[in-house]
Amino acid sequence: MKYHSFLIKYAEIGVKGKNRYMFEDALVKQIRFALKSVEGEFEVTKESGRIYANALTDFDFDDAVEALKRVFGISGICPMVQVEDLGFEELKKQVIQYVDQVYPEKNFTFKVNARRANKQYPLTSEEINRDLGEAVLEAFPGLSVDVHKPQVMLHVEIRSRINLYSQVIPGPGGMPIGTNGRAMLLLSGGIDSPVAGYMIAKRGVVIEAVYFHAPPYTSERAKQKVVDLAKLVSRYAGPIKLHIVNFTDIQLYIYEKCPHEELTIIMRRYMMRIAEIIARKEKCLGLITGESIGQVASQTVQSLAATNEVCTMPVFRPVIGFDKQEIVDISEKIGTFETSIQPYEDCCTIFVAKHPVTRPNINVIHRSEEKLAEKIDQLVETAVDTTETVICQ
Amino acid sequence: MEAYLDNSATTRVLDSVKDLMVTIMTEDYGNPSSMHRKGMEAERYVREARENIARTLKVQDKEIIFTSGGTESNNMALIGGAMANKRAGNHIITTRIEHASVYNPLAFLESQGFSVTYLDVDRKGHISLSDLQEALRPETILVSIMYVNNEIGAVEPVEEIGRIVKAYRPSILFHVDAIQAYGKYEIRPKKQNIDLLSVSGHKIHGPKGVGFLYLNEKAKVRPLLFGGGQQRDMRSGTENVPGAAGLGLAAKEMYTGFSDRIRKMTELKDYFIDRVSELEGITVNSEKGLESAPQIISVSFQGVRGEVLLHALEDRDIYVSSGSACSSNHPAISGTLKAVGVKKDLLDSTIRFSLGIYNTKEQLDYTVDVLKELLPVLRRYQRG
Repeated sequence: MKYHSFLIKYAEIGVKGKNRYMFEDALVKQIRFALKSVEGEFEVTKESGRIYANALTDFDFDDAVEALKRVFGISGICPMVQVEDLGFEELKKQVIQYVDQVYPEKNFTFKVNARRANKQYPLTSEEINRDLGEAVLEAFPGLSVDVHKPQVMLHVEIRSRINLYSQVIPGPGGMPIGTNGRAMLLLSGGIDSPVAGYMIAKRGVVIEAVYFHAPPYTSERAKQKVVDLAKLVSRYAGPIKLHIVNFTDIQLYIYEKCPHEELTIIMRRYMMRIAEIIARKEKCLGLITGESIGQVASQTVQSLAATNEVCTMPVFRPVIGFDKQEIVDISEKIGTFETSIQPYEDCCTIFVAKHPVTRPNINVIHRSEEKLAEKIDQLVETAVDTTETVICQ
Repeated sequence: MEAYLDNSATTRVLDSVKDLMVTIMTEDYGNPSSMHRKGMEAERYVREARENIARTLKVQDKEIIFTSGGTESNNMALIGGAMANKRAGNHIITTRIEHASVYNPLAFLESQGFSVTYLDVDRKGHISLSDLQEALRPETILVSIMYVNNEIGAVEPVEEIGRIVKAYRPSILFHVDAIQAYGKYEIRPKKQNIDLLSVSGHKIHGPKGVGFLYLNEKAKVRPLLFGGGQQRDMRSGTENVPGAAGLGLAAKEMYTGFSDRIRKMTELKDYFIDRVSELEGITVNSEKGLESAPQIISVSFQGVRGEVLLHALEDRDIYVSSGSACSSNHPAISGTLKAVGVKKDLLDSTIRFSLGIYNTKEQLDYTVDVLKELLPVLRRYQRG
């Protein structure tokens, strides 16, 4: 079957009242951007509360569907066939041909759902439904009509030309990127943080990311892995600005001055502080982490509280209540899992104590951090100033 | 200063090799199987490469089969050798310190019903000849032993092994993985009773993606690749003409002025071992002098993780391997180091320095100086 365009269905943005046009415009923009990577030319239009992506040239159908499946805000993608309006008798033949080609097995229940944008059409919607249904039944006796719960809803849209569609390919849901501000993701090389970034991006938030590396304790390959992960997330979230912070000196300084079992907590606090400084510079309004309660020593509720204490921005932790397997399932779905499990060390594990504190006392942590007073501000400033930025797309 | 000390991972290609390959790729690019003149020209390059290589081993031209590299050569020798001789028996002998491209084909053969004996090695990485003698059985069809170990440079007594194997039964195939030995030793398959010998191009300043298998004309081996029947039906596929020619020239160069070069490389190795021994808390896992290979120096650094030291050295333009480069994609601890009894806390702290023809004494001095500077700093910050 040769399809000519897609009808794009969207769910949540339908209920946004006066802001609706803003959401729709953002969605149109994201669809245009996504289709740029697909062979062929498209025109994306908004007409009477529906979005159409019309192909102006031949195009790669599978690639186009894949691209659309990654645009947040889309709830369904309907591939459409466009036929010329050559009169109702001809339309019957066209619909029969459509059914014949799209459904090799003729044994389902269906219902015709006509809609007239062109009110000059000689038949009413009801008449079209009835007469087309009859014609289809006659052509394929294995089919039957079910007006309440049809397996196939055969849409016929009468415009200057006629659109036929009946399949709905599920989209990713969510809201279009760019409709909900901007936030900074703390991206490690692990499984959780790319998933967290994906989930927040899905709510329409533009994502930037910060990565802490610690040469020579972490390798160039570990850094490359994070760039690769950011690129994978950017297939959904759009281009991601990745800020790479050299964390070695801070880490060694903490190692030297503070009790070893508090190293991870104090380190995490400085990561949050630095992430927030960069986030503020980049006009981000929140931080995103892949933390999940109890997963590791630094993610007990006490540890999370100790880490959170240094932040003034809201910290979004979309996988906070997820089990590891649930996070893995999403990472497999979005295609980051394979990359995440490459075995390169990240800077959280290099000096990890045998028995890190799991219930840090905030006063104790404060006292330990006082020991850093001499040099830490300078080290933080240098780390921020020497940040390297890479656009991942 | 830059010091590339990872020549057992791969080497820089000789300029003469590069020039020859460029000419072949852009001017004499014919297919050796083509009937016309361009095909004949290409064939001539392959023939000349084969002659050059055969001469370095004192074997016949037709006993050289070009492959895609060391891994293919080892696979062809082991799987091809075992398949062709399975009616005579199903037993294979090897060592505990082989490369993955020997282990994994053997693991495959075990899954196909062959049985494999793995010989232990002593602290210097040598197998015991009496162990070998005892391991031989009436159903033994293949013995595969590496010439030079890639991680510590241990040299196996290949000639004695050949003698023992052939005295037990002449029809047992003797395969030698010579990937780290070719170019460093005068290898004489006929004298050393070697039936199959694997070599890789890029370890001897030749190109990647090409190698060869010496295949004794009397040895029974089944090909792995079937197709157009090139290379006497033993290895189908259009010959990699630039690769084969590059390998042939590199081989010729390595064996020109050979003893002089090897003497100098051995001196460099000994010098480096002496200088590294000035450092505190280190153990050298390789032997000085002729007892081990001239290009490989394995050193363990107490209290420093090998990977961290590697990255710290890289930052100073010194390039080395932790364990063996081919396996360092996997964090698995080196099998050889364990087999030669390197202490458990040092397994993860071992670096391999490996020399090539471009290395100088100055680079080694520079490396020792950098190590002197880095080690105290790295030792201050340890895990756990």
